[in-house]
Amino acid sequence: MSALLARLIANRLFWPIVMLLVLFTINLIAFPGFFTVTLRDGHLFGSLVDILRNGAPTLIIAVGMTLVIATRGIDLSVGAVAAISGAVACSIMLGSPEPGNPATVAVAITVALLISLVLGAWNGFLVAVLGIQPIIATLILMTAGRGMAMLITEGQILTVNSPPFKALGSGFWFGVPIAVIIAAVVFAAAALITRRTALGMFIESVGINPEASRQAGVRARGLLFVVYTFSAFCAAIAGLILTANTAAADANNTGLFIELDAILAVVIGGTSLAGGRYTLAGTLVGALVIQTLVTTVYTVGIPPIATMVFKAAVVTVVCLLQSPTTAEALTGFRRRLSIRAGKGVAAS
Amino acid sequence: MTKLLDAPERPARTGGRGGPDNPAARQGVVRSIRNLLTSPKYGPVTVTAVLFVAIFIIGGVRYRGFLSGQVFLNLFVDNAYLIVLAVGMTFVILTGGIDLSVGAVVALSGMIAASLLQTGWSPAAVIPLILVLTSVLGLLVGLMIHIFKVQPFIATLAAMFLARGLCYVISQSSISITDATFVQLAVARIPLGGNMSITPSVIIAVLAVAIAVWVLHATRFGRTVYAIGGSEQSGLLMGLPVARTKVLVYVISGFCSGLAGVLFTFYTLSGYPLTAIGTELDAIAAVVIGGTLLTGGYGFVLGSVLGVLVLGVIQTIITFEGTLSSWWTKIFIGALLLVFIILQKVLTARRR
Repeated sequence: MSALLARLIANRLFWPIVMLLVLFTINLIAFPGFFTVTLRDGHLFGSLVDILRNGAPTLIIAVGMTLVIATRGIDLSVGAVAAISGAVACSIMLGSPEPGNPATVAVAITVALLISLVLGAWNGFLVAVLGIQPIIATLILMTAGRGMAMLITEGQILTVNSPPFKALGSGFWFGVPIAVIIAAVVFAAAALITRRTALGMFIESVGINPEASRQAGVRARGLLFVVYTFSAFCAAIAGLILTANTAAADANNTGLFIELDAILAVVIGGTSLAGGRYTLAGTLVGALVIQTLVTTVYTVGIPPIATMVFKAAVVTVVCLLQSPTTAEALTGFRRRLSIRAGKGVAAS
Repeated sequence: MTKLLDAPERPARTGGRGGPDNPAARQGVVRSIRNLLTSPKYGPVTVTAVLFVAIFIIGGVRYRGFLSGQVFLNLFVDNAYLIVLAVGMTFVILTGGIDLSVGAVVALSGMIAASLLQTGWSPAAVIPLILVLTSVLGLLVGLMIHIFKVQPFIATLAAMFLARGLCYVISQSSISITDATFVQLAVARIPLGGNMSITPSVIIAVLAVAIAVWVLHATRFGRTVYAIGGSEQSGLLMGLPVARTKVLVYVISGFCSGLAGVLFTFYTLSGYPLTAIGTELDAIAAVVIGGTLLTGGYGFVLGSVLGVLVLGVIQTIITFEGTLSSWWTKIFIGALLLVFIILQKVLTARRR
């Protein structure tokens, strides 16, 4: 029994899931109907559905971010890319005679996604070819990207009246929010492509030791290109959902601070910022933890503006728990405990 | 050193194109200019200085009234807080770290100042309190980075969340400052003769720069900062107080952010939770453009000041141009940042 428990605790998903369960419990105490999901007008309703729907953009970006972080990188530009894609899509729809036409919406979305591929390739170029540190390389697009988004919207908030586009953010398909379906597809695609092929292993090897993996014949340069492009692609999808949600492209506020949420989701999920081993399932749990935290703050009745303080607390605690210093202290503590119990060091 | 060793080959290659009067002397000048430009220590900062002068002259040619002392002084008046921020950021980047929390801390200082002054606190108590609080925040970040080996960028990210969150906890809307001392400091102009004037904030910023230059170049602490940036391992082996220094640079950055926040409230006379978003990027950009190597070890505080001036003069040009939208500033800063990072890359690669 204790061996099973030990294996459970050793699992990397253990602490993130515990955190999620604790948050669920707090919610359940504060609001007994928390887990109730009802079917109204053929749509699913309930707090859990809200968490999934509102957490979808963060999850999508966090999936891309996980792969970037696994290569020992970071992508700070995702918020700006999200803003650019929203701005591009809205300006195309506004420029066309009938923004409500599904064909127009399809063109707008395709162009926005294609532009994100270019932006991602740019990040990949800076990191892989020029060898610039990822934080700084993506910082450039983070600064300049909002400026570009402003340029596209000409400094205004573009409001667009297009039912098919709006459905991306607030629509339902077979009762499930479309945003959740998109997030599920992105997540499943990333998991399948990286885990059913050797791609995931290559990404991890580049993150663990770029030089060794190069000598082993892994083409790090191409991999970095792919990873940063995928991250920007994810950011663009999330940006479209966020924009569709409010039916308006706001160059300043779309995706503001979302890079932090995404990084937070990855870190909570147990992927180390030092690169290497990554877990997409952990990222999923991490994104849910963040969104549930936000919901909890609402249901418990703390002023919602204090959410950022809680996020700061969570990120600090998680970092301290992951720290090697803490691990050493814990090992030392356990060893002393077992010595006191008369088992000796060997038992541990 | 390698430059000196292969120096004798150089005259043979360029000898034919030497000047008629004194070829040796001219080659000497060419070589020293080349050495200056390709040195990771002086190269970027020289380029920045040339760039600043060039932009200023272009502005003077294009716009009437640009080439005046007051326009130059206004760069300091408008960017006094950014200069102080860049000073703190220089210390952090010199050790190879980064501080993403500075913008949020500026906003937090403004919120604390505005809310406490509103309840009738005296400015003489509020300002020291802010400086102590932000230094303590810096200390906590430094301890987290050093003792718990958390990456600087994630630790300062947490501090950024905390500071922004606390801003919202204090108030969600803008609080204006009506305190007599603050208003006095905001409107005061110190005449310099010839219709030129500066604000008290500029004097504080210049003082901060002077102290930082002295600390970095004349104290043991300053030498250790450079040493850690060069190689932390070697610093440790040489018995330098690496731990203390690494924590202290974040305290300095926290203190500078607090001071910058106070200067910023002199400028805006209000506290607003969403203020100074993206200022950390301006500060980092200023430091990088000013020639401090992002991996640490090379750089000057005065270079960072020059970096702030370049950002300021770009802003001024965009204002003078009138037809260009203000968001071009962000794009220009991004482009400039890119150019200087590539320059750093090229220079360090050549030296290796």
